[in-house]
Amino acid sequence: MPSRLGQIIEQKEGQLITEWMTQLSQTLGPQKSQISDAELRTNLHDFVLALKQGFALGGGQRLDSAAWSSLRDVLTNLSRQRATQGFTPAETAMFVFSFKPVLFNELRNANKNDPAALADEIVATTELLDKFGLFTMEVYQKTREAVIVRQQQEMLELSTPVVELWTGILALPLIGTLDSARTQIVMQNLLEAVVAKGADLAIIDITGVPTVDTLVAQHLLKTVSAARLMGAECIISGIRPQIAQTIIHLGVDLGSVITKANLADAFRLALRKRSLAVAAI
Amino acid sequence: MDKIPILKLGPFLLVTIQVDMHDRLAMILQEELTDRIVTDHARGVLIDISSLDIVDSFIGRMLSNIAGMARVLDAETVVVGMQPSVAITLVELGLSLPGIRTALNVDRGMDLLKASLVEEEAVRGQDD
Repeated sequence: MPSRLGQIIEQKEGQLITEWMTQLSQTLGPQKSQISDAELRTNLHDFVLALKQGFALGGGQRLDSAAWSSLRDVLTNLSRQRATQGFTPAETAMFVFSFKPVLFNELRNANKNDPAALADEIVATTELLDKFGLFTMEVYQKTREAVIVRQQQEMLELSTPVVELWTGILALPLIGTLDSARTQIVMQNLLEAVVAKGADLAIIDITGVPTVDTLVAQHLLKTVSAARLMGAECIISGIRPQIAQTIIHLGVDLGSVITKANLADAFRLALRKRSLAVAAI
Repeated sequence: MDKIPILKLGPFLLVTIQVDMHDRLAMILQEELTDRIVTDHARGVLIDISSLDIVDSFIGRMLSNIAGMARVLDAETVVVGMQPSVAITLVELGLSLPGIRTALNVDRGMDLLKASLVEEEAVRGQDD
């Protein structure tokens, strides 16, 4: 049905792009500065080219048909680019939607004497462009989700290093809140390091853990128990005054686990346990 | 039928579990080990589980029981070489084996047993 639309795009390509550019610069807010005019123009050009190609291949209202494949690619690229550049979802969708008034104008000119046909054309065009817009949003969303998942993984990897302080003495500086998933990774990393380094002492430093509630304490005790089962003793260090207060107020029983106020004290104790001492020279 | 060998090493008994532990085998081991502690006058038991990939709650409890029985018979038990995955499983099962001493490998376990024997001797010396 949007055959007229195809013709219009074919004939007035250059003019459409120019009008669309003005339309876009009006709608785009402060984010406009993040993207240069030349870049924007290339985007528009790609889009119109793909649209033309789609119509030439007989693309109908179904966006998932083969005819629209190049247009889908253009929109996917554009959407990803916008998501990583920090555009808002509305601004990303506006890119496609701002093409509507431009096209409507042209359709009105072309169908001056036939109001019924004009209405039909406009409905068909709106439907098609809405689909393009929604597709853009979907890709935008997916890209953002992928970014979030990647960041989560990076955080997990970043926040659980196991450091060897001395032969047989490991330190595990914990940063951030401990949940079940992280405890699992922390535990695994620690136990694997215990085996790899042949360590029999591990200092778990919780200076970077913002709060210790019953659940976090339980996770800590689990880690200590697991290390003990493998023959490594654990010292918990870096307990801040507030945390000591919460632990007691909550009635958490740390059992026989050795605790120290700071890492230096814990390290001193660990050295003593191995019959070592640091001396001035 | 699999059998777990119990080796005498000076005043200690060395048990290396290298086959999959099923419940019957665990019971047999428990019985034989207590017998051997008495007949060999053993002062320590070293159980090496480094080749065990799976330890269920039953085996976990059996290890606890063996340690308890050995203590009654005046022998110390050290479990050595537990795999990280096994340690995590046991902790998740709520079995932290409180009565058992542990060490990273047979070498360290032996040191632990020897040290506790020396300590005991020293205490005995003071008593005389």
